[in-house]
Amino acid sequence: MLRLILGRLVQIAVTLAVLSAATWLVMGLMPGDPVDLALMADPNLTAADAARMRALHGLDRPLHERYLAWVAAVLGGEFGHSRLFAVPAAQVLWPAVGSTLVLLGCALVLAAGGGVLLGAWGAARSGAAPAVDGTAILAQSTPTFWLGILLVILFAVELGWLPAGGLPDDRGAAEALRFLALPVATLAIGNLAGYARHAMAAMQAELGAPYIRTARMKGLPESAVLWRHAFPNAAIPVVTILALDAGALVSGALITEQIFARPGMGKLIYDAVMGNDYNLALLALLLAALVTMLATLAADIAQRLIDPRLSR
Amino acid sequence: MRLRLGLGLLGLLALGALLAPLAQGWLGHDPFAPDLFNRFAPPSAAHPLGTDELGRDILLRLLFGARVSLAVAAAVALGATLLGTTVGLLAAWRGGWADAVLMRLADGLLALPALPLLVVLAAVDTGRFGLPRGEALSDILRIAVILVAFGWVTVARLSRAAALTQLSLDYVAAARVAGASEARVLWRHVLPNIAGPIAVATALSVAGAILAESTLSFLGLGIQPPAPSWGNMLSNAQEMVFSAPLAAVWPGLAILLAVAGCTLLADGVRRRLP
Repeated sequence: MLRLILGRLVQIAVTLAVLSAATWLVMGLMPGDPVDLALMADPNLTAADAARMRALHGLDRPLHERYLAWVAAVLGGEFGHSRLFAVPAAQVLWPAVGSTLVLLGCALVLAAGGGVLLGAWGAARSGAAPAVDGTAILAQSTPTFWLGILLVILFAVELGWLPAGGLPDDRGAAEALRFLALPVATLAIGNLAGYARHAMAAMQAELGAPYIRTARMKGLPESAVLWRHAFPNAAIPVVTILALDAGALVSGALITEQIFARPGMGKLIYDAVMGNDYNLALLALLLAALVTMLATLAADIAQRLIDPRLSR
Repeated sequence: MRLRLGLGLLGLLALGALLAPLAQGWLGHDPFAPDLFNRFAPPSAAHPLGTDELGRDILLRLLFGARVSLAVAAAVALGATLLGTTVGLLAAWRGGWADAVLMRLADGLLALPALPLLVVLAAVDTGRFGLPRGEALSDILRIAVILVAFGWVTVARLSRAAALTQLSLDYVAAARVAGASEARVLWRHVLPNIAGPIAVATALSVAGAILAESTLSFLGLGIQPPAPSWGNMLSNAQEMVFSAPLAAVWPGLAILLAVAGCTLLADGVRRRLP
């Protein structure tokens, strides 16, 4: 277990290093550095001013030198400024991470719980499997952002029950939940379908195993056979999928935030890229990658705890 | 059943894309010309699905959008299959260092959240490489290249696993003993036997590509208007969701059918594999 964790942490560090270097290179290819933007905003600036500003901020140095300086600063805990929001980058990053984690957490609990239950039910009940499978394929093929728009049309436009997006003004818990409902539902439904399909396949396989026949033969009630014997074993593959799918889940959270105008990592990355705020974009991207990889690691650890056979 | 349903769905969409100019002639509107007196028209004989926020026919734009979305999908299918199969075969055949490096690269890419990376990559200014900006064809090419950069991973992993199994079988040893060159062993013996898993992986990565293209276009980073794509049609419709909710339904339905078609195809092929 310790070897798994240590090895994975090294892997995460390497991935982040490669990713940051590659992104730095790519961002060097994007339109407009900060001085270009300042030039566009103020017609009184001369070419000499621009050159002085470039020298002042180190923008005249080659790309790799700037990258190494940036790495040294970040490792020293200095995240620099956000050009877009005109505050230290850390000040916008951490609230965004928190908001995204809340959305992710709620959706994950709903999706994993609901998916496993639905899958187990589909496998246990004769005749239900094709219906569950078909619905799940449909739900899996639905683009997250379209599902979000459909939910907005139904619950915000037609019924008027829930807000279409944004955040509440006052910080009451009930109000916050109302604003969270549609984004969480959007994110949960698509993922729930995937978990249900895997859980159902696993449950079907378990129900054909000899130990289930033994359990039935010794006279256990069917509910005990299903939920005490087959279900825990069928839940294991779902944790595996959780580990494999963390990236898709985070991607889904990011687009969901964009649709519902929730200030989280996704909106932050998008706004930063669009607003040429490369420092913030890079930091947010690395954080999103870090969150994803840590989630994968957590799922792997959980899998080993649930299924002791894997540790051997 | 699944195979037929998937092929049927994709065939229907491809047919729609092919017949788009015919439908345009038949309905007699220009799907690119704004008609401001006719904004948000309800479905009628002249506009079977109504019109959008600029008075353009939604059905015709869907059909022309299918050309763009399916062109991206086809380009990604081709690129991801070629790159993924080559990498997977090489990794399985060489083993050792090459295998370790290629597969760690694949793992690394899989472990990352794709969407923010795609957003960053899609924001790159292709004008700096001397490519024309903002033309439909260069947009399609740009998005396809970005999506292949992620799409090859699935194909590579599945084809590597399948190739490893095949390479350990006796017929490969027999072919080598009979004097076949390594290239011939891979090309004539292994490749045909792993075509099934490759087809499954390709269908899955195309499903992912259609979703990703529509997401990027929805965010305004993919196919640029006035060229219609299902994603950018949705992004216009989202802004108008309070005045014309139906306009947001059709493009999403088209994406859903295309992705479901690919998923069903993949499922169907997988069930027929030995």
